[in-house]
Amino acid sequence: MSTQTTSRRPETASRQDLPLTHPTLPRSAPALAGVVSLASAALVGLLAGWGPALTTLVTVLVFAVALPLWAYVVEGSRGAIDRLATTLVWTAFGIAMLPLVTLIYTVAAKGAPVLSAEFFTFSMRNVIGAGGGIYHAIMGTLLITLVATLISVPVGIMAAIYLVEYSGQSRLARTVTFLVDVMTGIPSIVAGLFAYALFVIIFGPGVRMGFGGSIALSVLMIPIVVRSAEEMLKLVPDELREASYALGVPKWRTILKVVLPTSLAGVITGVMLAVARVAGETAPLLIIAGDTD
Amino acid sequence: MAVTEAAPRPVQRRGDVLFAGLARAAAVTILLALAGVAIFLTLEGAPAVTAPASARGGEDDIVLYVWPLPFGTLLAAVLAMLIATPLAFGVALVISHYAPRRTSRTIGYLIDLLAAVPSVVYSLWGIGYLGTRISGLYVWLEDNLGFLPFFAGPASTTGRTILTAGVVLAVMALPIIIAITREIFAQTPTLHQEAALALGATRWEMIRMTVLPCSRSGMVSASMLGLGRALGETMAVAMVLSATGVVSFNLISTSNPSTIAANIALQFGEASGLKVNVLIFSGLVLFVITFGVSLLGRAIAARGVKGDSR
Repeated sequence: MSTQTTSRRPETASRQDLPLTHPTLPRSAPALAGVVSLASAALVGLLAGWGPALTTLVTVLVFAVALPLWAYVVEGSRGAIDRLATTLVWTAFGIAMLPLVTLIYTVAAKGAPVLSAEFFTFSMRNVIGAGGGIYHAIMGTLLITLVATLISVPVGIMAAIYLVEYSGQSRLARTVTFLVDVMTGIPSIVAGLFAYALFVIIFGPGVRMGFGGSIALSVLMIPIVVRSAEEMLKLVPDELREASYALGVPKWRTILKVVLPTSLAGVITGVMLAVARVAGETAPLLIIAGDTD
Repeated sequence: MAVTEAAPRPVQRRGDVLFAGLARAAAVTILLALAGVAIFLTLEGAPAVTAPASARGGEDDIVLYVWPLPFGTLLAAVLAMLIATPLAFGVALVISHYAPRRTSRTIGYLIDLLAAVPSVVYSLWGIGYLGTRISGLYVWLEDNLGFLPFFAGPASTTGRTILTAGVVLAVMALPIIIAITREIFAQTPTLHQEAALALGATRWEMIRMTVLPCSRSGMVSASMLGLGRALGETMAVAMVLSATGVVSFNLISTSNPSTIAANIALQFGEASGLKVNVLIFSGLVLFVITFGVSLLGRAIAARGVKGDSR
């Protein structure tokens, strides 16, 4: 009798230990836990006189404890860890979006009232107190960025062509690729100092010049252009190049007439990104360009 | 005779030679530009080493003048990274694995948009919005965590402290880190993920076992890029921080270390003579620091690639 039961028991036990399904929380569990933790935090918050920020914080904390605990009871430790990780990831998302959303809101709410035709078409010249506009600043931004673009786009695209079409695996190509990486990380103010140092040697101390700003900006712009143009040129299929060579077209015409037009859309996108990045630069222009409204 | 005719020398067209020369010249221009940055900064920074004490704010030695600045630069950048990297990885995971597809595409557009916002806009936000609201938190930190040297206080009432600067830098670096890590997370082989899920892994276990190991080096290099941006950022710090140029780990008081870039931007307008050279010298220091950071990032990324191929 006793031997029978001992021989039988492990079998039934092992069958019960390996179920094909395991208990899970209902699909609405996170929502439920959220409502409960919000309600409890709001209740305590109302009694203790907390602000909305503190109430939200407590809600998140209660939620981050309650849901994994519930999952631990029903689903076991693995489920609890999964719930905790999900909560943490979404919390990080919420915290990160908070400044980004308030940034957009602040700029729009504080900037909108002053937008008018006058704001865009008048400069601040001889304006004291209210009135005037940013016409001078817009023109300055456009001019300096335009010159910087004129310098860096040809250099950048030609360098990308060299890297993709001509270099192979030469030493120069590897050095340039590496230095382009480094150049991407140059702080903008260092670019401004470079332009200043360059112009001081040419024109003497205390120099301020819009063209110097363009030089500084193109130092920042060239690596971005090279990087994006290189990626785009690499995407052009080799069959197109080979077909062109087979027709007896010289290499330079192949590049100009086949490779560049094929990748034009991508290259232009890259250039526009570089322009957008550079047009918002402040520090180098502060140093080299100077201003007279 | 016939053999020599069969193998003619390749035709050297003038256009080809010219174009190849142009392309090579453009590549060399980049080399020259970077070399120029180093050379001209050194040339103009060199007089600072022997300049009289009056040119560098009364300090006897150039090292004494410059030293607080890299300290502040690194402190602000490290604070920014401590805040930004966990958040950025969280957001990237939400975009790549947690959110429904349509939502995540919208969030992705929003993040890309924010990556293009000029830094000066972020600094305006830092002064106008964040600074006024965060000072209450500083008072709380001083009251409750004042025993830690970081929060010794006295708490700044304007909120223009190094911690605020760090937060603004973190917010600026966020979109960049998110944009890169999102791409890297999305490149995890789908088969690995499905295999993990088929073996009964929960979603978090799947992410921990397949997504994170695959993208470790990418996460590091994305953080390095963000760190580079935080190190070199000028306007956010110059506008937000009220700097006094001390070396202090006190994050919430009114006396804060300045950063190299902010110091240059604030002082350059009034500087003349040897003072300019001193500022250029500090710029050279910043250049060397960022150069080192990008070298480090490349080394780590390269090691990760090697590890993958093994």
